[in-house]
Amino acid sequence: MILEGIAFALAVFALGLSLMALLDTFRIKTPKVPAWLHGEKIRGRIIGIVAIVVFVLYLMWAHDLLRLELFEYTARALTENWTSLILAASLLATPLTLAAVGECLSERAGLFNIGLEGIFFLSVVVGVRGAEILGSGVAGLVVGALTGALIGFIFSMMAVYLKANQLVLGMGINIFATGMLAYLLMTIWGFPGIHSVRPALHIPKLLGYLTPVFFVAVIVAIVAHIILHKTLFGLRIRAAGEKPEAVDVAGVRIDRIRILVCTVGAALAGLGGAFFALGWFGEIVKEMAVGMGFIALAVVVVAGLEPLLALAVAFVFGFVRVLADWVATSAGISSVLPGAFYLMHMVPFIVTLLVVTIFIGRRPFPKALGKPYIRE
Amino acid sequence: MITRIERNANTEINAGEDEVVARLFGTIREHLRTLKRPLADSLFALFIGLLIGAALMLVFGHNPITGYISMLKGFGLFIREGSFNKTEFLEALAYSVPLMLTAITFAVGMRAGIFNIGAEGQVYMGAVAAAWIGGHLVLPTGIHVLVATAFAMLVGALWAILPAILKIFAGVHEVISSIMLNWIAFFHVPYLIIHHFAGAYAERTAAILPTARYPVIGASLTAVIFVAIAACVVVYFLLWRTRAGYELRLVGDNPDAARYAGVNIRRAILISFIIGGMAAGLAGASQVIGRPLLGWTLPATLGTVFGLGFSGIGVAVVGRNHPIGGIFAALLFAGMLNGAKFMEYDFGIPSDLVVAIQGVIILALAVPTLLPMIRKWVKKIGRKPK
Repeated sequence: MILEGIAFALAVFALGLSLMALLDTFRIKTPKVPAWLHGEKIRGRIIGIVAIVVFVLYLMWAHDLLRLELFEYTARALTENWTSLILAASLLATPLTLAAVGECLSERAGLFNIGLEGIFFLSVVVGVRGAEILGSGVAGLVVGALTGALIGFIFSMMAVYLKANQLVLGMGINIFATGMLAYLLMTIWGFPGIHSVRPALHIPKLLGYLTPVFFVAVIVAIVAHIILHKTLFGLRIRAAGEKPEAVDVAGVRIDRIRILVCTVGAALAGLGGAFFALGWFGEIVKEMAVGMGFIALAVVVVAGLEPLLALAVAFVFGFVRVLADWVATSAGISSVLPGAFYLMHMVPFIVTLLVVTIFIGRRPFPKALGKPYIRE
Repeated sequence: MITRIERNANTEINAGEDEVVARLFGTIREHLRTLKRPLADSLFALFIGLLIGAALMLVFGHNPITGYISMLKGFGLFIREGSFNKTEFLEALAYSVPLMLTAITFAVGMRAGIFNIGAEGQVYMGAVAAAWIGGHLVLPTGIHVLVATAFAMLVGALWAILPAILKIFAGVHEVISSIMLNWIAFFHVPYLIIHHFAGAYAERTAAILPTARYPVIGASLTAVIFVAIAACVVVYFLLWRTRAGYELRLVGDNPDAARYAGVNIRRAILISFIIGGMAAGLAGASQVIGRPLLGWTLPATLGTVFGLGFSGIGVAVVGRNHPIGGIFAALLFAGMLNGAKFMEYDFGIPSDLVVAIQGVIILALAVPTLLPMIRKWVKKIGRKPK
């Protein structure tokens, strides 16, 4: 009751504030608008944040979470044995980091690839098939990366030379891959929806959860950071996204930079995709990677296109996901607060909404992102 | 432009019966002329999609020709038997209902210069809203259907409001916000179903009461298709015959011109989001209260509504972001989806191939200049021998 009351009061206050800002925006005369509400940017941000807060309060209310038990269980979750949770989080963080770092580079160069989910789907199947044919899990990961690279190459060729709409392309890849995943599962192994990988092909795990691929992901993030910020090539990548004319005038081929970066980025996502089956689950399930590509996009957005930050954010999002599963399996919580599990799954998306709204002006996306470069 | 006005003026002076007919045909011809390019583009993309689909069948040892003949059964065309199957045709129509609606979401967004891919989440919300009204509220016959439909549209629009607000006021890119809201809805709706709206079975909503069901026309087609087509026509009139619609399209075509002309850009974007949300909400409702095949309920797995929003993007792209074009594109996609099951029955070609083909069609249509480019190449190659 108390919590609901507080939430209600908050919501009313927030609504009132945003209503005032709204009226002011549409230049409708209001009796008194606080002076600090003037100014386009701050006002927009406040309206956005208020809208998100109201939205989250609605979600908590709908999930029956506006109760005092919430504090008790949050405290319990905080005193939980974290080492195992963190180790488990490293599993999810691996594909997220790989895909997100690749996407960071690609977006820095000006190509916005929202087909990460599709790359995951396709590289899972092709990677596992490659592992079975070549007889080695590591080879499977490489095949997965090559699959991703091929998709990235086709994507970037179409985006750069044919000036295709990158967002439509990305959605096209996603839909194509959704169909192909199920089609290939059925035609290759003749069994719908699921396929177990031979244990001999699994990437060995250290310490129960930690896999070598996780360290690869960490190294990739660090290397990407160094390339992006400490080398001439990194400068060119960033310039290709920010001011392609300048790079072109300096005699550097924009098209080659974009294609190369996007291909490498997609290869990283493909490596992450193959990891799902070979390094983590040990099987392909049709729904295995559903939503992961979009969480990776969320990671990119929250990290503001910084590879190292992407590593950290991927880890946090992975941890939230693991915590959600822990919440679902601990008997006390799942019976008293059944909505907690669902809300935990939403946390990455809500955090992303908040972060983009708050930092929208401070960390802008590259100016030429998503636009084909046309020489004048 | 001037000649057209003069011609119209001339015909008005001596408007005999033949003249009226001639004028009618003239306008139709004019429409067809403007339609030629987009139609050619869409058909070409369809051709590429089918070609790659055929290649995929060949690689895995299926015969593409017999496969596609089987797929045509989804449109009601049983070519081998030489007959037309009305049930399958109605089934294809039933498939097309949600697709033409989610296509509106994307198309109206694109017309306003917004890449609104939030239909997916709005479909879930609309579906659960319709399931709640239809399964838990007792209302008189006739009114019940209307209330359920209207409420689903309202909830769909509400779900679209947040990305609209973030876009208008905070400048958050709509792709990011609508992706996030899709996944929030994906985890929000199952909880609503299991813990609030479940009936006898925990994992799905209570069965829709008979008063809230759309009357069945045949197969699994219900009267909801009339609502859907009406929605498409209304959106067409809104966009091409009203001032608000003109402003909306102007914002999409040329935001700078719109700004100088004094168009309220924020309002135009808000309207596009709301129209899209209502259409997607209706699409969700159509699967719950207008589709006997799906058991008059919404399962917590969302299996019966999952992917409709994303398919709508493909439909909108093939329909060239036009609500009326969307109807035909939806029919095409629906027939293919419906025909996929025959491919699986007859030859064991997994039905998911059709989804992959749709993906290829979208990829081909992402390139705006594909056909002219190829024409140029063909000409170049043709010239070389000389």
